[in-house]
Amino acid sequence: MDFLPTLWFILIAVLWIGYLFLEGFDLGVGMLMKTFARDEKERRLLLNTVGPVWDGNEVWLLTAGGATFAAFPFWYASLFSALYIPLVFVLLALIFRAVAFEYRGKVHSDAWRKTWDWAISLGSFVAAFGIGAMLALTTTGLPLNANGDRVGGPFAWFTWYAVLGGLAVVGFALIHAAAFVALKTDGDVRHRARRLVRRWMPVGLLPLALWVITVAVQHGKWFSWILIAGAVAAAVAAWLANRADREGFSFLGMGVFLLAGSAAIFSAVYPVVLPSTLDPLWNLTVENASSSTYTLGLMSIVAAIGVPLVLAYQAWTYWIFRKRISVAHLPEPVDFAPAIALALDVEKPLVSEGAKA
Amino acid sequence: MEALEIARWQFGIVTVYHFLMVPLTIGLGTLVAILQMRWLQTGKEEYLRMTKFWGKLFLINFIMGVATGIVQEFQFGMAWSQYSRFVGDVFGAPLAMEALLAFFVESTFLGLWIFGWKKLPPRIHLACLWIAVAGSIVSAYFILVANSWMQHPVGVEMIDGYPQMVDAWAVFTNNTAIVAFFHTITGALAVAGGFLLGISWYQLWRRRKDGIDTVDATGRVVVGESATIAGRDKKDHAVWIKSLRIGAVVAMIAFSGSAVSGDLSGKLMFEQQPMKMAAAEAACHDGTSFSVLSIGDVGSRDCSDVVAVMELPGLLSFLAHNDFTTEIKGVNTLVPEYQAKYGTHLPDNPIYGDRAGQEINYVPIMPVTYWGFRMMIGFGGLAAAAAAVALWVTRKGTVPRSKPLMRLALIGILAPFGANAAGWIFTEMGRQPFVVAPNPSMSGVDQVFMFTAAAVSPGVSAGEMIFSLVSLTTVYAVLLVVEVVLLTKYIRGGVVSAMPELDSTRQASYGKNDGGSGPGGGPDDDVLAFAY
Repeated sequence: MDFLPTLWFILIAVLWIGYLFLEGFDLGVGMLMKTFARDEKERRLLLNTVGPVWDGNEVWLLTAGGATFAAFPFWYASLFSALYIPLVFVLLALIFRAVAFEYRGKVHSDAWRKTWDWAISLGSFVAAFGIGAMLALTTTGLPLNANGDRVGGPFAWFTWYAVLGGLAVVGFALIHAAAFVALKTDGDVRHRARRLVRRWMPVGLLPLALWVITVAVQHGKWFSWILIAGAVAAAVAAWLANRADREGFSFLGMGVFLLAGSAAIFSAVYPVVLPSTLDPLWNLTVENASSSTYTLGLMSIVAAIGVPLVLAYQAWTYWIFRKRISVAHLPEPVDFAPAIALALDVEKPLVSEGAKA
Repeated sequence: MEALEIARWQFGIVTVYHFLMVPLTIGLGTLVAILQMRWLQTGKEEYLRMTKFWGKLFLINFIMGVATGIVQEFQFGMAWSQYSRFVGDVFGAPLAMEALLAFFVESTFLGLWIFGWKKLPPRIHLACLWIAVAGSIVSAYFILVANSWMQHPVGVEMIDGYPQMVDAWAVFTNNTAIVAFFHTITGALAVAGGFLLGISWYQLWRRRKDGIDTVDATGRVVVGESATIAGRDKKDHAVWIKSLRIGAVVAMIAFSGSAVSGDLSGKLMFEQQPMKMAAAEAACHDGTSFSVLSIGDVGSRDCSDVVAVMELPGLLSFLAHNDFTTEIKGVNTLVPEYQAKYGTHLPDNPIYGDRAGQEINYVPIMPVTYWGFRMMIGFGGLAAAAAAVALWVTRKGTVPRSKPLMRLALIGILAPFGANAAGWIFTEMGRQPFVVAPNPSMSGVDQVFMFTAAAVSPGVSAGEMIFSLVSLTTVYAVLLVVEVVLLTKYIRGGVVSAMPELDSTRQASYGKNDGGSGPGGGPDDDVLAFAY
């Protein structure tokens, strides 16, 4: 076993778990915008539960991608080029979603807000599904040739594993987001979010559980099943905590479920990082896909300094914005009369509030 | 078109587009942080207003840079997998460091700044912005380290056919990167300076047009107030005149810095990529003169039809070597040298697909390099000169009532953007046909290079590339319109767009919060200072 490549495999797994744990709830909150929120005030409330943190959460994705490039260039190159079309959709989804967060409140018209609401909810859904599909396929395999290039056309990646992985992250994100909203808000939204977790948790977590079990059956090691048992126990604990109105523990339980489940997946496939479904000889592994010892050593030093720092200041951010918020805390949206009015503005009545609903 | 051409167009479009937003983010972020610092130091209301107003525009632009930045990181693997495999050992590291050490800092602390106005103590709140801005500057450094390695590969050895990093210090202190970093940061500040200058000019002009400000017999401004137009009080004048003058000074200083770093960058490039610089001059024959204008078909590539109309003797040698006599090699001399070193035909390797065995054209597309180089310098110089004129014209406290001048000031905002884009197009197109340029000089590592034709993803079809090119370009075009519409709306709103509480005409609707008395919700302090 090569120490540094293994260390980096673990670190990349940690980055993905961090991404799914953090952006998981803000992707889920994005999806809840169209399904759960009942009116404009609730939509704004949902948006503001993740307002200060979503962008920082998304950097976990960039770091996971960048770390894969640096530590396993062959894994990065094969995976990203094989999944060309789905990743284009993920990129478009992430673009729309990011812009929507910032621009939604900047114009006071219902049509404007509605457009961006769709951008947020659809963008979150597509991003979650696409990332899930990508992660599932890197564990179950792609039709790669000896050079690591996809054969069989633009949709050769499509398998039921891709759908399962997509649903797994979507389902997890939705439940995780509801648990987060129950923890972060007050009033009616909090109670409804808690009920959502209680009712839908078994359904929402099922695809992720199926993916874990599929991988464990195919490649599992003896401790895979221990991790799976741990994940199930965490999910049950999260559900029980929810029923006991302990939102903090419930959210934490979701995190442990993700951690144990992902650990089961990553440890089962190790040392393969991306199997070739055409010939096991062409599998990409931690050894044949990795960078040189020198580069991995350098990156290890950087990570040893960088990762604890990131954890510290991101934790501080969550601490600063730890208070629950409710619709009462939202400032009234204010429009303004332009200091530089053009002729066409003069006739237009100035409507200052958007929260008619 | 083949996948390679489409992938190149795509890279060019998404990168130039991304780099419209990035310089404004870096430059404007720095200025907003300085303004907020001035506010804390002096307590003067106008600095708070400037912080809020320019901060608002900063955020509208910032998010577009973030959103389009994700594409940048993903597309190496998606469209350029062969490149990623070849360079990953050395090129991936700065990219990963950029995410880990810069993007995290930038996004997390900016979130704290946006939402922390009432939650954080003022000094800590300001520190968050400074840290976020520092993050964006550090990210520029890392990405330029990566790009500079493609221009000037250092710190590696060829092992099993791949360049492997053996000297991180050399990679991260690559002279090309250090110079490019200063060139980029000064270019970014010039963008922000022009932005402040143009918009403030527009505001001051409008105050005069609306009869709020007048000038006395000596031409000095007499500041007035408007009871009917939102936010047009006396302090509003201070906001704009200060912003204008800060913008002009910053643009001038930034351009000087950019000229110095550009000159250094040019000198390195004459040594590291002589072909790029020969192509920048459309210089076919060896010589010492800088071409002010060459006509004819500068793109003919065999140089038979290029006529230099006006030349400055000796200047080219000065740009390259600080003297007026050293001959600079022209294209006709360089091509045989390149052919001798790197071959006349692409190798018969399946990586090159149909291109395997084709003749290599070592001359970049000269109209692009020739005019790109001149647009970069021309737009930059024009903006700096305009800033100097603006500083002088506004010395008595306001702008002239001339509408054409105002329009010019607004259009001038685009000049530094144009200079940045032209510079990048020049430097990337000038490196062709290489994606990793070989270095003829001793400073680079010999025989580390890669042809662009070998870099594209072998498994990705032209159809997939077209799909992404069309969808990304369409979405980018729509979002550019949206961004400009929003920026225009907030600019026309004046300071009130960022501080609605200043609008005395509509106090009734502001400050009232119908949910403020809910359970547990106290009066106004419990209302968030900012919410989406």
